[in-house]
Amino acid sequence: MVNLGGIRKEVSIELVPQAQVGDYVIVHVGHAIGMIDPDEAERTLALFGEMSAMAATESAA
Amino acid sequence: MNARDDSKGGTVRAGYVRPLDIRNGRIDMGHGAGGRAASQLIEEIFLAAFDNPFLRQGNDGASLAIPQGSRLVMATDAHVISPLFFPGGDIGALSVHGTVNDVAMMGATPLWLSASFILEEGFPLADLKRIVQSMAAAAREAGVAVVTGDTKVVEQGKGDGVFISTTGVGVVPHGIDVSGANARPGDVILLSGTVGDHGVAVLSQRESLEFETTIVSDTAALNGLVADMLAACPALRTLRDPTRGGVATTLNEIARQSGVGMLLDEAAIPVKPEVDAACELLGLDPLYVANEGKLLAIVPADQADSVLAAMRAHPRGADAARIGVVTEDPHHFVQMNTRFGGRRVVDWLSGEQLPRIC
Amino acid sequence: MKYIDEFRDGDVARRIADRLATEARGDRAYSFMEFCGGHTHAISRYGVSELLPANVRMIHGPGCPVCVLPIGRVDMAIRLALEHDVIVCTYGDTMRVPASDQLSLTKAKARGGDIRMVYSAADALTVARDNPERQVVFFAIGFETTTPPTALAILRAQREGLKNFSVLCCHVLTPSAITHILESPEVRQYGTVPIDGFIGPAHVSIVIGAAPYEHFAEEYRKPVVIAGFEPLDVMQAILMLVRQVNEGRAHVENEFTRAVDRDGNLAAQQKVSEVFELRPSFEWRGLGEVPYSALKIRPAFAEFDAERRFDVGYTPVADNKACECGAILRGVKKPTDCKIFGTVCTPENPIGSCMVSSEGACAAHYAYGRFKDIPVVTA
Repeated sequence: MVNLGGIRKEVSIELVPQAQVGDYVIVHVGHAIGMIDPDEAERTLALFGEMSAMAATESAA
Repeated sequence: MNARDDSKGGTVRAGYVRPLDIRNGRIDMGHGAGGRAASQLIEEIFLAAFDNPFLRQGNDGASLAIPQGSRLVMATDAHVISPLFFPGGDIGALSVHGTVNDVAMMGATPLWLSASFILEEGFPLADLKRIVQSMAAAAREAGVAVVTGDTKVVEQGKGDGVFISTTGVGVVPHGIDVSGANARPGDVILLSGTVGDHGVAVLSQRESLEFETTIVSDTAALNGLVADMLAACPALRTLRDPTRGGVATTLNEIARQSGVGMLLDEAAIPVKPEVDAACELLGLDPLYVANEGKLLAIVPADQADSVLAAMRAHPRGADAARIGVVTEDPHHFVQMNTRFGGRRVVDWLSGEQLPRIC
Repeated sequence: MKYIDEFRDGDVARRIADRLATEARGDRAYSFMEFCGGHTHAISRYGVSELLPANVRMIHGPGCPVCVLPIGRVDMAIRLALEHDVIVCTYGDTMRVPASDQLSLTKAKARGGDIRMVYSAADALTVARDNPERQVVFFAIGFETTTPPTALAILRAQREGLKNFSVLCCHVLTPSAITHILESPEVRQYGTVPIDGFIGPAHVSIVIGAAPYEHFAEEYRKPVVIAGFEPLDVMQAILMLVRQVNEGRAHVENEFTRAVDRDGNLAAQQKVSEVFELRPSFEWRGLGEVPYSALKIRPAFAEFDAERRFDVGYTPVADNKACECGAILRGVKKPTDCKIFGTVCTPENPIGSCMVSSEGACAAHYAYGRFKDIPVVTA
């Protein structure tokens, strides 16, 4: 059972057998096909921010 | 009434007719034949629920008095929604609200409805009674009377439980001109509340999709809201309710009818988070999902604030928002500034996104 | 919505756009190809192209499985429904693809064919279980993302001993498509389609991992950046590609680290190799015959192979002469280069497959980007 913003739906986790309650998964055609790694997600978001922070320092230099 | 003895030694009142078995009974071909069975069905289910002076006269039609200084407005809608009962409503309520709203969108006060039922052989009487009572409640709440109607029965397999067609008649005073052809560049576009609720509520019941949600249909009569808006601004240009095809389709219709373009602000369009999520899950765009209790209004720019205030003061307009402006555009595009910072066209709906949603 | 909204933030988008404007060198043009339907859709729906510098251009590659499905394959599905009385289960987008004899699956349904839209292969299994006296065929299309669910369906059908279920397998492979494009005359010899790098597909990479792309980076010296399917992911990936090009690097980089690693989803890959094997060749719409680019069902599961169960052979069918889908899929032409775009060929009346699926280049441009083609006075 996955929850997206309050909507609950049953999907198959046969392809992601290691998924536990509380994990985030990516769903396609009724199946979970992969898991989201929360640390990597944070790192990616920080990367977006970093890239733009570099813009600020470069233009200041 | 004469009494007579029956074989068991008790008395049976002549003229006694056994009432319909609502609990277990079903529609059969006899109910559509126009004879006694049909008459009993009409009396016990329809007349009992809709009861009013017009119906009590027992004629095939209703004679209506038109107030002086008014024009008549007429609108019609058929309802084939599946499933018949969904979170927040049913086909009965929908059939009343839909037509009441269509009349109201012309700036008119809805007064009288006709209701025509096509019933499938085998349809449970209990369901029919539930639907008709729902219609009666909706009509009472909206202040309209169901003054005439019709019932037909088709063989099993040739219908889908029940199809309902309603026609509504209302009156509009001279001088009020609300039309889809009136929008002018510079006008402001207002929306009365959140989008996509009805479509998502109905979809959640469709078998192959089955997702759990607390979203309910927004089906509601809007004539009270319209009356307040017209009082605040008699020069309202356009009113329309975004049903099938959603806000996107309705705005495109108006743009074409008025010969204008539009520019919307995505961030200003109210959407419930759960509706957003459901659309994300199903690959839908909330702008194209049906609504049954919302309206779009186009008003002159200097009146926008007072109309918005009137909307927000009414229970059916509490979430009203200003969502865009009318522009000069020979191509009649409806464009939108996206939350992301880009711009895109909000085109007509292509193909069939959601079948049998209304 | 967590992990979704943060990746659609407009402020961050503007900052990445500024960064791009600084780093894209003014003395050259950059052309990057994406071939993931999700990316095509994201770029159009969120107006990403607008935020890119003028000298950075995106080319839409063959990432839409409906768009690369040859007419002949749709004909097979239609014949199964109309001539073999089969219940054909198919994904929604496939229903509107125009096929031979003025038919499509939707039109065949109107003629009495029992054709049902399903959201997954598992739904098709349910139809088979609910209709034991009828034959049911699942029209399986899609890249590596959709293939594992089909494999699961066949395995389950075998476990349950279903006798009336089979699959018309049209699954295709992403790396082969890329190779084919890189080997095409326009790219290799003529240089008429300059491709400086690729945005690797999102969902497909979750399944196959980042490793398969290393071959392209090495062999063809083109950088590849795997991107998530949210608009910020795409913009970040474009920035990473610009950097690689500027620095003369050609590596595989992964922007989608939160869901993709080098190996991919091994459980899914194992199921796929259990059920499917490579076809020596397969026709792609617009690309012609492409070697080792598609899958067929292994002999061990022959009873679930619709091509073996029914007598429906594949006959290639040429596209409408005016249709430029082939050139558009290869990135050689843009939708607006097609003479019938927006006039004869529209979403209501699609002539070619690029207009049918919302992930197709033409449909995406028609729905979201047409305002750029015509000067419009805005408020």
